Amino acid sequence: MGIFGFYLKKLYTIFKGEVLVLPSRVVVVLFVLALIFLPVFTENQYLLRIMVLTSIFAIFAASWDLLSGFTGQMNFGHALFFGVGAYTTALVNLHAHLPPWASIPLGALAAVLAGLIIGIPCLRLKGTYLALTTLSFPIILIGLVYSFPDLTGGELGLSGLDRLSGSRLSDYYITAGLMLGLCTIMWKITESNTGTIFHAIREDEVAVRASGINTTRYKLLAFCLSGFFAGISGGLYAHFMRIAGPSTLDMSMSFTVIIWAIFGGIVTIYGPVAAVFILYPLMEFFQLWPEYRMLLFAAVVLFTLLYMPDGLIPWLRDKAETECPRCKVKNIATRKKCRICTADLD
Amino acid sequence: MILDILMNGLITGSTYALLAIGFSLIFGVARIVNIAHTAFYMVASYIIYFCIQKLGLHPLWASLVAVIVVTLAGLVSYKFFIDPIREHEGAVLIATIALAMAMQEILLLIFKGDYLTVPSLISGYLSIFGVKVFYQQILTFGMALLILAALWALLMKTRLGLAIRSTAEDREVANLMGMDESRVAMMTMGISVGLAGLTGVVIVPLTTLSPFMWMNPLVMMMAVVVLGGLGSIKGSFVGAYILGFAVTLVVFLIPMGAYLKDSVALSIMILVLIIRPEGLFGVRFEEER
Repeated sequence: MGIFGFYLKKLYTIFKGEVLVLPSRVVVVLFVLALIFLPVFTENQYLLRIMVLTSIFAIFAASWDLLSGFTGQMNFGHALFFGVGAYTTALVNLHAHLPPWASIPLGALAAVLAGLIIGIPCLRLKGTYLALTTLSFPIILIGLVYSFPDLTGGELGLSGLDRLSGSRLSDYYITAGLMLGLCTIMWKITESNTGTIFHAIREDEVAVRASGINTTRYKLLAFCLSGFFAGISGGLYAHFMRIAGPSTLDMSMSFTVIIWAIFGGIVTIYGPVAAVFILYPLMEFFQLWPEYRMLLFAAVVLFTLLYMPDGLIPWLRDKAETECPRCKVKNIATRKKCRICTADLD
Repeated sequence: MILDILMNGLITGSTYALLAIGFSLIFGVARIVNIAHTAFYMVASYIIYFCIQKLGLHPLWASLVAVIVVTLAGLVSYKFFIDPIREHEGAVLIATIALAMAMQEILLLIFKGDYLTVPSLISGYLSIFGVKVFYQQILTFGMALLILAALWALLMKTRLGLAIRSTAEDREVANLMGMDESRVAMMTMGISVGLAGLTGVVIVPLTTLSPFMWMNPLVMMMAVVVLGGLGSIKGSFVGAYILGFAVTLVVFLIPMGAYLKDSVALSIMILVLIIRPEGLFGVRFEEER
């Protein structure tokens, strides 16, 4: 009992000292707990379905942020990765009869390949040129999908895929768990040395190159990583909806992911995830007035941006937390002294 | 067949040119990627439809109303939604996407999703070597050329044009030389959206209207602008006809061409960009790379 009590006490101390001191960490813990315990309170099929789709799109939005937010390589055609992931997963599942746990990673690998293929011509382009060029890749692919209906199912898409798992409840835990896991991985990547280099490429590529870093390799890496995560979300989507259609490659798909990411605040990973968890259920709520649904969505985005052009989550975080001027540690906004170095805040 | 391709290519190319030049102007001056550009073109087409079919106005007056209303709408949305967040590039981007979506939804609410048509200004056709060329097509092409010529005169011969061109070239220096940068941006936005409205006016009798008609021209317009080089009017002009003819050739010559036309046009753009990353006529600015 003694050793067990000791560790329990230590855990509690760490929890109190590291988690409870910052509102953002408390929110993250509450969010994870809410995700875990949601099915305890309700097993409403419709609600679970929304949560599954929200989790899938959260991975997708975070993967856009990993590429476009961090390295600044504005990708207007992110639906390409999603669509390639979805279609490959569907083809592998339908023709080779591989179960989801094998077909989704294959779809993700195909998306990595797509990232390499579009990454290479895009390496020479910058800024708006890059943005407008990437926009064209999914549209080219849609043209090909329509012109080979035997293989791709044309406008109807490929349907009749295996279910993700036996029940809606296990679907929910798989996607929510994957969402938390993959987003943590993405966040860890951006916190690592690689992430620092991604940051630096966005800020000043010439300077990074002058520091002896092969920026080409890192930009390609960003394309591949982002493609990998977006491909997983595409594969999950295909298996959950049991269909992979041209809508996964649609321009509106690319635009929606940009809206989510920028609305939540780019260069954060958690921003886009939070934005999806706010905006996607909000869209479902707007189903109450089906004709006004998209209009309300557009209005919410427009007016939020007007007051918080850096995105919702960074704005909230700035309100709730201040950075210590001396040791650069985050503190809750109500504190007068820094919690680490006791320097005066503000 | 050849004449068909020629006529369709010229008209498609002119439409792209009108749209692309407007888009390229506001990008050059204010660095705004205006995704809503083609949405304004769509709104203009709908206003014309409404004025002619519902109010019974003469097409000429309808066109005038359309251009004025669209220009005002453009200026208002610029003032309220884009100007306050100009410094945040990403925010401007999604603000314009949201604007386009809002316009699409408003039109969907008012006119429903039906496909609508507007009668031609003049009926009848000309027979050249046994091929029908409708007067409306000739009129559209002629008006497009006329508008392009007027725009050229505005940009090259007037003080406003000089201000626009110099702001596009270097915003800070233009500001130092005493040009009110935000006013120039406002004027350019007006001209740019007005051009989108005019495009709607010339093209509306030849197309079917639907609230989703802004998507396809948007892609092609961006392809034209990138192909010709961002901010280059000449580039947009040449690029528009290259892609216009490419699209028409694919539609006429290849089976399943209607599906593949965008793919082929965009592939051409990507091929050009691999060889010349700054587009056909683009200028390479060291600081902007």
